[in-house]
Amino acid sequence: MTTTGQPANRLWDAGLLTKVVLAFALLLSAFPIYYMFIMATRTNDDALDVPPPFLPGGHLGENVRRLLSTEDAYFITGLVNSAIVATTVTVSVVLISTLAGFAFAKLRFRGSKILLGLILVTMMVPLQQMGIVPLYELMVTLGWTGQLQAVILPFLVNGFGVFMMTQYASQAVPDELVEAARVDGASTLGIYRKVVLPALRPGMAVLALLVFMQTWNEFMWPLIVLLPDNPVVQTSIAALNQAHGTDYVMLFTGTAASVLPLFVVFVLFGRQIVGGLMEGAVKA
Amino acid sequence: MTRFDIKGMPYLLVSPYFLLFAIFGVFPLIYTFWLSLHDAELAGQRTFTGFGNYVELIADTEFWNAVFNTIGMFVLATVPQMILALLLANALNKRLRGRLLLRLGVLLPMITSVVAVAVIFSQLYSRDYGLFNWILGLVGIEPIAWQNEKWSSWIAIATMVDWRWTGYNSIILLAAMQTIPKDLYEAAAIDGASARRQFWQITLPMLRPTIVFVVFISTIGGLTLFTEPVMFEGEQMMTGGTTGQYQTVAMFIVEAAFRGGFEIGYASAAAWLLFVLILIGTMINYWFTRRIGGAR
Repeated sequence: MTTTGQPANRLWDAGLLTKVVLAFALLLSAFPIYYMFIMATRTNDDALDVPPPFLPGGHLGENVRRLLSTEDAYFITGLVNSAIVATTVTVSVVLISTLAGFAFAKLRFRGSKILLGLILVTMMVPLQQMGIVPLYELMVTLGWTGQLQAVILPFLVNGFGVFMMTQYASQAVPDELVEAARVDGASTLGIYRKVVLPALRPGMAVLALLVFMQTWNEFMWPLIVLLPDNPVVQTSIAALNQAHGTDYVMLFTGTAASVLPLFVVFVLFGRQIVGGLMEGAVKA
Repeated sequence: MTRFDIKGMPYLLVSPYFLLFAIFGVFPLIYTFWLSLHDAELAGQRTFTGFGNYVELIADTEFWNAVFNTIGMFVLATVPQMILALLLANALNKRLRGRLLLRLGVLLPMITSVVAVAVIFSQLYSRDYGLFNWILGLVGIEPIAWQNEKWSSWIAIATMVDWRWTGYNSIILLAAMQTIPKDLYEAAAIDGASARRQFWQITLPMLRPTIVFVVFISTIGGLTLFTEPVMFEGEQMMTGGTTGQYQTVAMFIVEAAFRGGFEIGYASAAAWLLFVLILIGTMINYWFTRRIGGAR
């Protein structure tokens, strides 16, 4: 948008104050993460320096070795378990959400408005905190405590995913295409496969990233239902923190390893994540 | 076949979600309420007591302490967070180079897991070797044992929450800011309205629905606060410090059900009161944010 009004135009240029604010915000955002990686390369003697070290040292390999040989943390098990849980949950939630989103956005059926409204209302209920006791009893009854399905199944209930895919499908899937496929004799599932899924792909990618991060971060429920010798990565770090809390550099090495996969995903797909978040915000 | 395809298929498509929701959402909610009416222990006897647990909870000073802590930390975290997020969004909305990089930068904290955030900040707040006490020492303030007092532990935990969420909220607000028509500002500028006045008279009122949304999300997150204080405590006792100075309601529930007496009836009643608290908090915030930038 080009305007001739000079004063109004200048309003949108970043002044010095804006640049200072943004530089400060970036510094604050990055520093704790930078600090975590620095600590992972140091010794515990360095960690007790005042002021603490701000530059990397050469002890990363040694810290990693100590982390892996700390048996009561089960760190590798935790990493692998988190990868399994987050991947399974992500694939399932995306599938469930696209199926339901397609139905809500493009198909007519009795009660669809009420059902969608029900999902919106329940998105406001903190199910995990509220239902924690019955969920635990349910897992005891099924004999699933300590097992990964106990932390997979409850996370498949993701109203946000259905909501997001409904929003996305109503805009990304043209009604004419659905009608045309219908006239050509395609079944509903055929339309889902040939018309809907290709159109939803960008939205599915964003949802997948968000769900993966969310599941990777889960803490309260795994802490209660899993056992120390078969943890997810977050509860493994909590165990490290509990038993070796003064071994700062080892704790920070584990913490750094636990966020590294998320940072890799963020570096690869950052643009899409920002775009997805901003689009979702405007629609909501 | 085709009749079913038209009439029945939509229900089949939404059924996986609702089936899972029934088992892992509806059932636990109802069962929690049923349990809250019983004197029940984990794997033990249960006897019906009506609203006995609720009566007991309302007289329990530890419960009110947890409620007080939760609300206190929520306010302490949310108010600065919203102000900073608005300022940051306003700055990000200006014309400058490297916009994508800036947006990615402020989202970095949100990518970092809550557990990791809590580990890092707990070290930064450690009494003898922490960065914060070192900085305070530069201006002559004695080292603070952040865990020991209510006010200091609340500040420590609130900064963890704010560090992780301010950038995310600013991105959401930025998205809404960009939908405000630019001619509104141009007209205001021609009328001689200053940038500050434009922010108060145009930006803020136009952002109201988004602010309501962001505050709503923060309310649910803030009132169910758990990971940060648990990791800050380190020992996973769920007591929130020696005198419960930073025990939240979520920690209270877990302590009652899984750490102390395994009183699941009592914990279930606390869970329902937490829900009531969230409803009240949401309504107050809705009423409050609706007034932001409104007609005066």
